[in-house]
Amino acid sequence: MSDKRLTFKKRLHIIKHHYRGKKMAPAFNALHTFLFTPDETTHNGSHVRAADDLKRTMNTVIMALVPVLLFSMFNAGYQHYSAINGFPQDFSVMEHFLTWDNFWIGIVKVLPLVVVSYGIGLLVEFIFAVIKGHEVEEGYLVTGMLVPLIVPIDTPLWMLAVAVVFGVVIGKEVFGGTGMNILNPALTIRAFLFFAYPTWMSGDKVWVHGAVERAQEIADGANVDAISGETVLGFLAQNKGAEMSYSMWDAFWGFIPGSVGETPTFLILLGGLFLIFSKIASWRIMVSAVLGSLVMGLFFNQVVEWGWIGESSSFYGLMSFDFWKHLLVGGLAFGIVYMATDPVTGAQTNRGKWIYGFLIGFMSVMIRVFNPAYPEGVFLAILLMNVFAPTIDHYVIRGNVKRRMKRLKNATLLPKDSDQEAKELKAETV
Amino acid sequence: MSKDIRIKKGLNINLVGAAEQTTSKAVLSNVYAIHLSDFHGITPKMLVKEGVEIKAGEALFYNKNREDMLFVSPVSGELIEIERGARRRILTLKILADKTQDTLEHSKLDLEKASAHQVKEYLLKGGCWPFIKQRPYDIIADPDTTPKAIFISGYNTAPLSADLDYVLQGKEKELQAAISALGKMTPGKVHVSVGKSAKSPLTGLNGIELHKVAGPHPAGLVGTHINKIDPINKGELVWTVSAQDLVIIGEFLLTGTFNAERIVALAGSSVKQPKYYTTKIGTEISTFLYASGVNGENFRVINGDVLTGLKSKQDGHLGYYNNTVTCIPEGDDYEFFGWNKPIFNKISATRALTFSWLQPNKKYDLTTNTNGEHRAFVVTGMYEKVFPMDIYPMQLLKACMVKDLDEMEQLGLYEVAPEDFSLTEFVCVSKQPHQQIIREGLDLLQKEIG
Repeated sequence: MSDKRLTFKKRLHIIKHHYRGKKMAPAFNALHTFLFTPDETTHNGSHVRAADDLKRTMNTVIMALVPVLLFSMFNAGYQHYSAINGFPQDFSVMEHFLTWDNFWIGIVKVLPLVVVSYGIGLLVEFIFAVIKGHEVEEGYLVTGMLVPLIVPIDTPLWMLAVAVVFGVVIGKEVFGGTGMNILNPALTIRAFLFFAYPTWMSGDKVWVHGAVERAQEIADGANVDAISGETVLGFLAQNKGAEMSYSMWDAFWGFIPGSVGETPTFLILLGGLFLIFSKIASWRIMVSAVLGSLVMGLFFNQVVEWGWIGESSSFYGLMSFDFWKHLLVGGLAFGIVYMATDPVTGAQTNRGKWIYGFLIGFMSVMIRVFNPAYPEGVFLAILLMNVFAPTIDHYVIRGNVKRRMKRLKNATLLPKDSDQEAKELKAETV
Repeated sequence: MSKDIRIKKGLNINLVGAAEQTTSKAVLSNVYAIHLSDFHGITPKMLVKEGVEIKAGEALFYNKNREDMLFVSPVSGELIEIERGARRRILTLKILADKTQDTLEHSKLDLEKASAHQVKEYLLKGGCWPFIKQRPYDIIADPDTTPKAIFISGYNTAPLSADLDYVLQGKEKELQAAISALGKMTPGKVHVSVGKSAKSPLTGLNGIELHKVAGPHPAGLVGTHINKIDPINKGELVWTVSAQDLVIIGEFLLTGTFNAERIVALAGSSVKQPKYYTTKIGTEISTFLYASGVNGENFRVINGDVLTGLKSKQDGHLGYYNNTVTCIPEGDDYEFFGWNKPIFNKISATRALTFSWLQPNKKYDLTTNTNGEHRAFVVTGMYEKVFPMDIYPMQLLKACMVKDLDEMEQLGLYEVAPEDFSLTEFVCVSKQPHQQIIREGLDLLQKEIG
């Protein structure tokens, strides 16, 4: 270690002791522990501790999100230019997708969302930590990264800021902060945006950068072509699946419109495998959620096959959609990998995780098909299951308690020495 | 019928500095000390005053709630200091040892004919009773009670702890005497567990139910055995005795003298030549620590193993129940970007840019650094991977934290001791003090329900 860093380390150490016990201590400590893991040692109990802390855990999830973020920055530009100029013939990734022009749209449109999300969210966290005198916990590190990836690209920054404040305060801090919340904060933010500003969150104008603006210009009398970018689910919900030009391969790689980061199923799959491999996220939830969505999708396919639903029905488009394709479109894959696996708001017992995950997949597809207002149900399904997760856990744990109670019936209760029975019993045994 | 136990959930923590299997005799200590913190829940009443000469095996104090439960001196000498803390609570008793040792001799007990009651009285007056512990609550057993079974673990799986097969060698006679005596005090069985491939002196004993254990730590913890063999229900009692203390009990039963001698493993990466020493309870650790040599200045001396031991000092004394002394470097230093850079030199239960999973047999040199700050419970499912009992560990910890007595009972607090939570504490991402939480929960449950 160089001398210079040593002095830097020492200087921070001195400042830390200066702040100790003062109001601003949590704010300083948050910055300090970001640079250096603390010099804290164990007391009694386990004198050695494993290498992981909460920061490392959260950081692993962020690493799994970085490829998705980078892809989404390119895709922002790709969707924008394709909506104006038409989708390129004989598409090549290097030529049409990984271009500087595309990336520039990402820098201008996606990065500000990330900055606002982290800036406002962490500010709220710091304020609460200072007021309540606890350390700044790391929960928002992941939330802050998730939020920009699950909103439409043209979401105004002030709107995002309002939603983040709402989500962090009402979704998390009022319950006591990280680890205590009932609802996933990122989804609370998404839900707030959806219900507070519905026109900005649905329709065919919000998924591609520039579409809303162009619509406004046209309304003002400008003589330009409208841009639109309907999502796959949007087409299907209107029974216009035939008009759709996207192939399932486009959906798998992610070259389709949608919320900023929800489209690249392939990268999300890689992220999910990484999280399972690193043992950070629950594979039980992921696997069971996939199963749940397949079962529901298969059921709807059967309903169409049995002829219960005709082509005239408004549900036909989505119900006849091949069951496995549900995983490739919309936010289902993203939700399963990064949102349903949130350990705080999800089920906490292993058996509970199976039930919880299954119902998330099941509900997501169900809401997707039946919700007339908005053809995507993942965030609602996960929020709903967040509410039910403690109930699921309760019944799983009761199972364990029941086993214990059953055993109790055969308990050998031996009386104390002072009792008469004990003397007799002892006489027998000795 | 013996029942073999095989567990899969757990974690072996391989550390540098395991004790080599050679034994030296430690230099005799000048001053011996008894720490009252070793006897959880006991309020001592002194029997001798400062400055009084006592023999080895003579009582120093008794349990306030149980006048006949005596605690004896490991050596003969002068009681030179009664160290007191807040509210005059006794913390430590120090005895200046005589040059020639004088031992109190009790009349011998005819073990064959003695009744359970006589055995109890004999062990109580001889100062051997405190070696018998009970669950629930993990405290010294109440002599008025009758346990449904007695459990003895002859298998240490905790990191760097003394190898019981080695230290118990040649002690068959004492072990048999102790087992026979214990067997009289329960209508149930005396369960003894040994390692699967171990050549333990315990295997040949009569009057025991032998179990072979295999798997990673905590396969050797007695709590694991109880849970797998005969779990404790509400109202039930089991007693546990550590295998090495059986030797002291056995020798007392055979000879009538309290011999505080035991073989202690000196281990850890801060020790130059980790090996075994023959010494006595309460001895100054420095009498053998420097004989092995130490690395550096800034290390921690632990009475016991790294997962459950108590913090001591270089001039501290060997604990009453300990047969391992571990020295590991203190980790009181900052680490630049320690939370996000790849880690090769620390153990982890995950693979989050931590690479201990690549070399499961590599030995690590861990420090006492917490590797992170205390946080709320966030991650789920990690404790279950290292916790082999049929209990939900996180839910039980939370029940203890919010002092919900019903939940504590129903989730199985009667079955556990703090040491059972040492591994969950080790892997805890939120750096919560699990053992302390369980200890406080047990104390509360005992106070409220008894």
